[in-house]
Amino acid sequence: MKIHEYQGKEILQKYGVPTPRGFVAFSVDEAVDAAQKLGGSLWVVKAQIHAGGRGKGGGVKLARSLDDVRALAQTMLGMRLVTHQTGAEGQIVRRLWIEDGADIKKEFYAGIVIDRVTQTPCLMVSSEGGMDIEEVAAKTPEKIHKYWIEPQVGLTTAQAMDAVNAISVPTAAQAQGAEVLRGLYRAFWATDASLLEINPLILEGNEKLKALDAKFNFDSNALFRHPDIAALRDLDEENPAEIEASRYDLSYIALDGNIGCLVNGAGLAMATMDTIKLFGGTPANFLDVGGGATTEKVTEAFKIMLRNPQVKGILVNIFGGIMRCDVIAEGVITAAREVRLNVPLVVRMKGTNEEIGKRLLEESGLPIIPANDMSDAAKKIMDAVGRA
Amino acid sequence: MSILINRNTRVITQGITGKTGQFHTRMCREYAYGAECFVAGVNPKKAGDNFEGVPVYGSVAEAKATTGATASVIYVPPAGAADAIWEAVEADLDLVICITEGIPVRDMVVVRNRMRKENKKTLLIGPNCPGVITPDEIKIGIMPGHIHKKGRIGVVSRSGTLTYEAVAQLSDLGLGQSSAVGIGGDPVSGLKHRDILELYNDDPDTDAVVMIGEIGGSDEEIAARWAKEHMKKPVIGFIAGVTAPPGKRMGHAGAIISGGQGTAQEKLAVLEECRIKTTKNPAEIGKLLKSVL
Repeated sequence: MKIHEYQGKEILQKYGVPTPRGFVAFSVDEAVDAAQKLGGSLWVVKAQIHAGGRGKGGGVKLARSLDDVRALAQTMLGMRLVTHQTGAEGQIVRRLWIEDGADIKKEFYAGIVIDRVTQTPCLMVSSEGGMDIEEVAAKTPEKIHKYWIEPQVGLTTAQAMDAVNAISVPTAAQAQGAEVLRGLYRAFWATDASLLEINPLILEGNEKLKALDAKFNFDSNALFRHPDIAALRDLDEENPAEIEASRYDLSYIALDGNIGCLVNGAGLAMATMDTIKLFGGTPANFLDVGGGATTEKVTEAFKIMLRNPQVKGILVNIFGGIMRCDVIAEGVITAAREVRLNVPLVVRMKGTNEEIGKRLLEESGLPIIPANDMSDAAKKIMDAVGRA
Repeated sequence: MSILINRNTRVITQGITGKTGQFHTRMCREYAYGAECFVAGVNPKKAGDNFEGVPVYGSVAEAKATTGATASVIYVPPAGAADAIWEAVEADLDLVICITEGIPVRDMVVVRNRMRKENKKTLLIGPNCPGVITPDEIKIGIMPGHIHKKGRIGVVSRSGTLTYEAVAQLSDLGLGQSSAVGIGGDPVSGLKHRDILELYNDDPDTDAVVMIGEIGGSDEEIAARWAKEHMKKPVIGFIAGVTAPPGKRMGHAGAIISGGQGTAQEKLAVLEECRIKTTKNPAEIGKLLKSVL
């Protein structure tokens, strides 16, 4: 789960990581109020969306007067901010964060993730702050320094000092800088984050490090023990179909093709999408109905897929294990009737009770196209969509 | 022969008093020698009870001491599952198979590091996996037993139903399996593809291996590079998620392309480079394996 920058900064504050003072604003007046409360003569108006790359897309601007703040807030609120992470359709800006302008002397990068190979948290720091870190990693990997962290011990002072030294934080700022890194790690670990990224981490004129940005991703499986973080979920930032699907415990991800697919199991669902592509089509979604696919779940899955106007055909691919094919077949038949299915439907079933399942589909009188294997299913749905 | 488990393995079910644990313990006991293999259950609050004749003990250590079991399977809900793994590790079981899906990654990081630090001998499979089966002998987990066939092909995969798909294709072609192992879809877990390849390599009754991977992490690449140097038997591969968009978690917690890393294309390229034949068509996994025998 992702949160907004300003919410991330509030968390960082709790762990002793300095961030610029600021206020969140949902309207132009609130934005101006925020700037007034902050005082001074330089503010930053930052669009709050979950995607990165906001600066390049015009979502981060400096204001030198309250009129500037008002004008920028007017432009940004409600705008469709397009960044390399939002896709072409962009994301509507509904919140702004107004903060003190910073006196930036130098920009660094700090990030923490769980390293899958060593199965420990890993701190990454770089002198190349403010840049796309993936690009730094690709072009100048020697400029990224990594520190693997013993989970029971945490980021040690020695490691943190080594890290600030490696990225050439000036000597006068190193002790405070090391404490900032240790604070970042404590915030990461305590909140069950899967990613914490500060880009840039800045050195100010007063020789102190400060987090100018804050990007958190949290482990959804751990939200049960962090109700305060779970409460920060912003449904406006999520795909409506994905939210609807999650209500029925369906794992759904919208894609941009035209063949809807309904599959049991995440790996098989991906493999089904890949097969559609292999036979010249493009999948409209990833959809895993999971192990306990009831008729209700299958019906909801059909409704969600069909709400997408792009969908020109549906491929159902079920491997019946504990979940029997006849149960799935009944679900598909009920769903097809209830939603008055008006696009071609290919069903491939294999496994437990597959014969009974196939017979039920055949006897249903519905125009369901049976398929023998995944290639056959992909070919048939492409043919049917081509004809339709 | 087989890897990890056979008809002589004695198994404890952790979470035997829950609905899932009971259902699957029953199914496993109905499969091949299962009735002899599943000898104990654990629930600290229900020691002394039994489930369909399987005695329930207060702890893994007690169940092990009383029955001589050396393996366990875990169906404990996510919040307590990592503790259940640790309990089995502390009791020095040889093998723990954790089926539970949805365990917080941090909990797994803690358990895995503790296992390494204290140099524990226990092998962990999963979490978030279907389990392990040695056809016609024993199944420990939630896979459908009847699609399997005894034979000489090893299967290892991060996914559940996709493993069943591959197994069914093999069985349909008359190619039985020595064992099939689902290592699970979580980012932090026990044995990896590489470890399982090593076991199959050493198993005199495995002739070839099907390795099924998916986007996220670099497990498949590590296995492929190891295989290039050490594997004496043919390995074929399939990687799911060529069409998966970056930054999205595709169902499995570990199935995510992050920072341009862990794409299916990259994995396929490394596999091919390491002389592991791959197919982009999941319907042809069985055929491809047959072609390398």
